[in-house]
Amino acid sequence: MSDTFETKTPNRRAFLRGAATAGVGAFAAGSAGAQTPDPLITETQEWAQSFGDGVDATPYGLPIKYEDDVVRRNVEWLTADTVSSINFTPIHALDGTITPQGCAFERHHSGAIELKKEDYRLMINGLVDRPLVFTYADLERFPRENHTYFLECAANTGMEWAGAQLNGAQFTHGMIHNMEYTGVPLRTLLEEAGYETAGKWVYVEGADASSNGRSIPMEKALDDVLVAFKANGEALRKEHGYPVRLVVPGWEGNMWVKWIRRIEVMNAPVESREETSKYTDTLANGISRKWTWEMDAKSVVTSPSPQSPIKHGKGPLVITGLAWSGRGAITRVDVSKDGGKTWETARLAKPGEKMALTRFYLDVDWDGEDMFLQSRAMDETGYVQPTKTQLREVRGLNSIYHNNCIQTWWVRPNGEAENVEVS
Amino acid sequence: AVAQTYGLGRAALPEEIAAWNLDVLPDGTGLPEGQGDAIVGEEIFAAKCAACHGDFAEGIGNWPKLAGGMDTLDHEDPLKTVGSYWPYLSTSFDYIRRSMPYGDAGTLTADETYAIVAYILYSNDLIEDDFVLSKETFLDVEMPNADGFVLDDRMESEVAMWSGEPCMTDCKDSVEVTMRALVLDVTPQEETTEAAAEEPAAAAEPVVAET
Repeated sequence: MSDTFETKTPNRRAFLRGAATAGVGAFAAGSAGAQTPDPLITETQEWAQSFGDGVDATPYGLPIKYEDDVVRRNVEWLTADTVSSINFTPIHALDGTITPQGCAFERHHSGAIELKKEDYRLMINGLVDRPLVFTYADLERFPRENHTYFLECAANTGMEWAGAQLNGAQFTHGMIHNMEYTGVPLRTLLEEAGYETAGKWVYVEGADASSNGRSIPMEKALDDVLVAFKANGEALRKEHGYPVRLVVPGWEGNMWVKWIRRIEVMNAPVESREETSKYTDTLANGISRKWTWEMDAKSVVTSPSPQSPIKHGKGPLVITGLAWSGRGAITRVDVSKDGGKTWETARLAKPGEKMALTRFYLDVDWDGEDMFLQSRAMDETGYVQPTKTQLREVRGLNSIYHNNCIQTWWVRPNGEAENVEVS
Repeated sequence: AVAQTYGLGRAALPEEIAAWNLDVLPDGTGLPEGQGDAIVGEEIFAAKCAACHGDFAEGIGNWPKLAGGMDTLDHEDPLKTVGSYWPYLSTSFDYIRRSMPYGDAGTLTADETYAIVAYILYSNDLIEDDFVLSKETFLDVEMPNADGFVLDDRMESEVAMWSGEPCMTDCKDSVEVTMRALVLDVTPQEETTEAAAEEPAAAAEPVVAET
């Protein structure tokens, strides 16, 4: 396997700030065994004496500077340029399930366009009684719904098909975000236009140059697809489709068309570029699957992980991560510390919600020995997240998309972790 | 059943629908009047496309290759191009007219688009250079991988196999590390931006992401 790559001498540039000093016992400050009084307690600190910022200092705030490593990152060599490209959510540093919009990943095909509400138009045409044009203000007058869903890029973990390549959960699993959306059911808009029963498909496209047109079967369009204009309580971010995007629960992120400008009811799929050349999955025999819409059950340990090493030495350790499924709610996550020989069922922070991220925890007493950490999601259909070996046996190495394999992190005695594959 | 309506929105005018409704279907529905051949297309391609896609549509650097790769889909590193992979010619016309040239999309006339598509077909050895592509001749072109796609079959081929109570103890005898990301070492480093650009292409090319 490794000879498909140009093998390099291990180069241990410190990956994380401070990771180089992450050895066991190096973080004794604050431990219960302190023999001398802690000056952070015994001496009056500046912040306990004078003023902090006034309430007029930050009309719209950003995270404190000490969190400036919790940011989107890109990988230059993945794509030819940065406007048809991808970046990654810092999932290694987040907790809970809601993704802060400011560091939620981006994927554009012709860049993040600026489209103001006054210039926004949404057209519904095709097999409808009344082809319509809506303004943004029109959309806000339809009855609204709120739902929380994950959006996972079809290519998430795609660089890992051939082996362990990128060293960090942000890079291997960070083409994902999870937000609470407010919007109008697509069904409501289709009914407003009077869709005809001959309409078996809707074709949706964006206002950007790439257009990102995709065909969606009418059954899904009438079920749970949302035309959304708010996420996590506020307007969509520019890079996430401001002012209006499509939300397609459980289905590959490419179909969540941003800056959506047109919905055409059709009796056949368009077979656009994004559902023929791209977002089709080539099997080992050269035949390719098309219309692989659902994202299968998947999970990853976000900490410890390569970007989130153990810095506190042996003893109590929180193992945590995310699980999700495009086919329903997560019902269980198992965690292995020995590369899959034995498994323990983790604790879900709260019951899994349909097509949304679910947080899991396993609280352990770490003995300071090597661990091969894995997580294995199960969803309400009974599906169990497979290993990469199982996926490869069915699909080969060239599928590009839909890699929902079990991830392994090799945690060393010094607390550092590495992306590896194991037998 | 008649659904409730709210009386919101207004009628879309024919000119408005015509301006935005550009999609072309595999059966040719949506194709405009016009025509072009590879001889004309070569000049347009050289002026508007070749800087990224190469003089012969073979691609430059990381930019997409539009020609070549015939019969490589079951190889270790398949080369997926319009010729080797795309099932329908309609997609080429639709995508080029709508979204190309990259950075100057939507500027090609119908004739220019027909000519460019003809040149890409010629570059893939799928037509002769005097073949005139038009609405009338469009479906005469045979796409080599037209039958290369199946509908998503995960429910049958995977889901049943990977469902049910999983193994919890004594699931395998040994665990060996077979691959390490640190050995490949292509992850961008946090502290220097220079390191991110340092290794890339050579090491990473075989597994580069599709865009």
